[in-house]
Amino acid sequence: MPSIAESLAKKQKEISVSEFFERNRQILGFDSPTKALIMAVKEAVDNSLDACEEAGYLPDIKVRLEKVDQNEFKMTVEDNGPGIIPNMIPNVFGRLLFGSRFHAIRQSRGQQGIGISATVMYGQITTGKPTRVMSKTEKDKPAAVKEIMLNTKTNSPSIVSEDFVMWDEKEHGTKVELFLTGRYVAGKQSVLEYLRQVAIVNPHTSITFIDPDGKTFIYTRATDKLPPVTKEIRPHPEGVELGTLMNMGRASRTRNLRDFLKTDFSRVSERLAKEICERSGLSETAKTTNLSLEQYKKLLEALQSVKYLPPQTDCISPIGEALIRKGLKNVLDETKPEFYSPPVSRAAKVYSGNPFQVEVGIVYGGNLPADQQVTLLRFANRVPLLYQQGACVLTKAVENVDWRRYGLEQRGGSGIPFGPAIILVHLASTKVPFTSEAKEAVASIPEIQVEIELALRECGRRLKVHLNKKETKARTRTKFEIVQEILPMIAKKSAKIVGRPVPKLSGSITKIMNVVWVDDSVVFEKKRHKSRIIIYNYTPHSTRFNLHAVVPSGFLDSESMDPKPIEIKEDGKVTWELRPIKSTDTLEVKFDLVGLDQELYEENELYASGIDPTLIIGADPLPGDWDVQRLQVTEVAAPEVATVEEEEDEVDYDESKEALSDD
Amino acid sequence: MTEEGKEAVQKLYEIAESIYDQIDSGKIPKMSIPLRTKSNIRFDPKHSVWKYGNASGARSAKKTQGALMLLRTMYVMELIEDMIKEKKSSTLREMYYISEGWEKGKFHSQDESNNLAEDLEVVTGLMREDFKLRPEENGASVIGDLTIEEQDRKGKVKRINCLEDVGDSGYGIPYNVEKDKVKILSTNADFIIAIETGGMFDRLVENGFPEDSNAVLVHLKGQPARSTRRFIKRLNEEVHLPVVVFTDGDPWSFRIFASVAYGAIKTAHISEYLATPTSEFIGITASDIENYDLPTDKLTDRDIKALEAEQKDPRFVDEFWRGEIELMLKLGKKAEQQALAKYGLDYVTDKYLPDKLTEVGVLK
Repeated sequence: MPSIAESLAKKQKEISVSEFFERNRQILGFDSPTKALIMAVKEAVDNSLDACEEAGYLPDIKVRLEKVDQNEFKMTVEDNGPGIIPNMIPNVFGRLLFGSRFHAIRQSRGQQGIGISATVMYGQITTGKPTRVMSKTEKDKPAAVKEIMLNTKTNSPSIVSEDFVMWDEKEHGTKVELFLTGRYVAGKQSVLEYLRQVAIVNPHTSITFIDPDGKTFIYTRATDKLPPVTKEIRPHPEGVELGTLMNMGRASRTRNLRDFLKTDFSRVSERLAKEICERSGLSETAKTTNLSLEQYKKLLEALQSVKYLPPQTDCISPIGEALIRKGLKNVLDETKPEFYSPPVSRAAKVYSGNPFQVEVGIVYGGNLPADQQVTLLRFANRVPLLYQQGACVLTKAVENVDWRRYGLEQRGGSGIPFGPAIILVHLASTKVPFTSEAKEAVASIPEIQVEIELALRECGRRLKVHLNKKETKARTRTKFEIVQEILPMIAKKSAKIVGRPVPKLSGSITKIMNVVWVDDSVVFEKKRHKSRIIIYNYTPHSTRFNLHAVVPSGFLDSESMDPKPIEIKEDGKVTWELRPIKSTDTLEVKFDLVGLDQELYEENELYASGIDPTLIIGADPLPGDWDVQRLQVTEVAAPEVATVEEEEDEVDYDESKEALSDD
Repeated sequence: MTEEGKEAVQKLYEIAESIYDQIDSGKIPKMSIPLRTKSNIRFDPKHSVWKYGNASGARSAKKTQGALMLLRTMYVMELIEDMIKEKKSSTLREMYYISEGWEKGKFHSQDESNNLAEDLEVVTGLMREDFKLRPEENGASVIGDLTIEEQDRKGKVKRINCLEDVGDSGYGIPYNVEKDKVKILSTNADFIIAIETGGMFDRLVENGFPEDSNAVLVHLKGQPARSTRRFIKRLNEEVHLPVVVFTDGDPWSFRIFASVAYGAIKTAHISEYLATPTSEFIGITASDIENYDLPTDKLTDRDIKALEAEQKDPRFVDEFWRGEIELMLKLGKKAEQQALAKYGLDYVTDKYLPDKLTEVGVLK
């Protein structure tokens, strides 16, 4: 009689990765028919984008979904990437965990080499049909066409058919066609929304999408600049784990421990390598292939006891403030937003030895719905995250900011705010810490959360500055209407009734307004941003003060400046010493910016000094750190529009709320 | 120009002059107007009606709305002066349309223009008729044994008995019911019953109530026009008819009674001409809802707010009103006059009104 253990052992056998994922497809994100369709498009598009960017081509991507029957769709994704050499096609599409990027430390969309082959597998499981791949690598060569299926037992591809065809319309590129079960929907979690968001954070990409009804959506590229190619870096010693360290040590081709530390890690100098060896009590010349577990533990301890420079950041590719704005504008202009808050791109930081960088943008107003939660667009390495919003650190950071200070509604000062806004958060990293293989949410890493919150606050402040400006302007404008239009008519009519000449208005005007109003406008024409600032002195007295502006340095046309400023600093801070302006008089200040893209500059950032800040509207008081550094916008509430105190405290007849209530 | 005309022109001139002088001396132009709010009405013991108190507010050019009203005031004054000179008059509605040509001064609603006309009355102590402004004919009706003489638009004097000489819809009260237009000659009636709704007015007519009970029926048509209130007041004063008011049982109807008996908030400056302080309210009261077990509707949020406002209205401070308002809030219900039909069409004339009229001492 075989023992129980023996009979159990007969049943125990290796499960291939493919088999494992076949049974646990939710791990890869294929848990519902709706989601499966989005995932399939996502995996194919991610691959195409990575391939195009690596090869230095501006991506041109076509996605088409066709309905085969009630539940079955045919997906076609076509790119203009470098193509895949025929021999490699089966492995790329028909084998899980086959990829070029798993071992590389740098930012890319795909990492593990699971996505597209998992999609092939899903299609094959649900429809029984193979995936057809057509790829062309050189202009004058024919394209290879292969039909592939995936053997889940052995995790290896099997080729159903192969051929070569002419593909004349393209010099190079890849086209994937596969069949899968799915459900096509519209809305916040849909293929269209996914592609729309891809277009936002990849403004260098053109996307054409044909939906199952044959309707075509085109997102044309907003820039011809490819994101810089990211460099591969070696691991940073901070936060390296024991297992990884051992694997690296055993696989290392270096001669000894000191060289291993110096060569296989980044930011470890000769001096540091020696110090680490000393601290670990190991010989500099020890062979890393021979070290014991205990010795590796000591080495790890030593590694983590010294200070390193932060990792290089050229391994990550942020979108950049200018391009975030371009991308948002390119896709969202149909909602006619009132304001694109200047996006914030933070400096790169590190978590557990992995460099990362956070970027944030806010779009406000226009046709965006005001009575709903703001729309949150989450991205990791330029890939939209549509699912698991609640479990994601990007969301948590948004919820953790008190948005009431920045002009949005928020119950109790936490949670997703309400208001007509879209908030974009992008996390770029060599290793995005996703909560699962489906790559739907980013795990709660404190360092990352802190960075996102800082970026959100900075962007929020920029929004608030705009809203303050708008509000004071609106309030001032109504007064402006009184003194410019209504009061003159009252004067004229009363003069007519009493039969006397029209009285002078200046006294009444200055009493009604009693402010200096800085009216600023920026017009873009002939490739110039033309700024015209008109200062109205509506106070009863003559006034003089200094006006300050912050403009993008290097774009100022000093010829155009009238009057001439007394100072232009290198960082773009400009100061005018204005001549005195008489009561009810005006003064105009003009300057042009040359060579700046239109959408990069919308309104002037104006400050005033040498004047009672409550007397001036349209320019904020000069911040205390004006001379110190790049301006941090101070968080002061906009000054109330100053009004002359009533001589007697009389009720406003026309605003007594208690109406005539007889019926 | 008539004497009244001259006085009106003079008073308006003074307002314009004050505005002019304020601008000329560099001030923010403004106009003081007695506040026309319920917190600024005071009981006038001499006339036993409610009139505006001493609180006033400023209509100032400091804010847009005030500036616009001042501008409109200038336009209206100019219009009035022209009409007085040319011996013309216009309806309030016409004035609203005339303002189309006033650019920024254009009225946004007829309420705005009506209020401004009233503001001018309050400030000058004159009546809108003096300004050649008149309301539309509102046609509130009267049926009852009452003989009057009315001078029609062509100057012809007509004698009318409001029971014998009229059809089913009765005698229509003109907008001007002063003595030069309408003379009250005689009556055989014992009392006046002022009725809120047309439905109830018709019911009483059909049931022969004016004849059987010797009553003069006056249809209020909701919140009554000035002329309707003035007509009731004159009947009360000149031929000594007691007045009872019969309305729906809801907060808005309470206000209708207050207008007839105490003086309306909007027209408190002329309450002594319009209000009949001896008027009695005969229902529908909140207690009636309980006592007569009437079919009801639920109070809306607006109704509740109106009742709560009435609790702060000085006109409703007596024990009767406090109790009724509280009870209605407690019941959370209101009832229409016509709810009495629950007990048959004759119930109101056979039972309800005789009960109520006896209660207030009109029927002995």
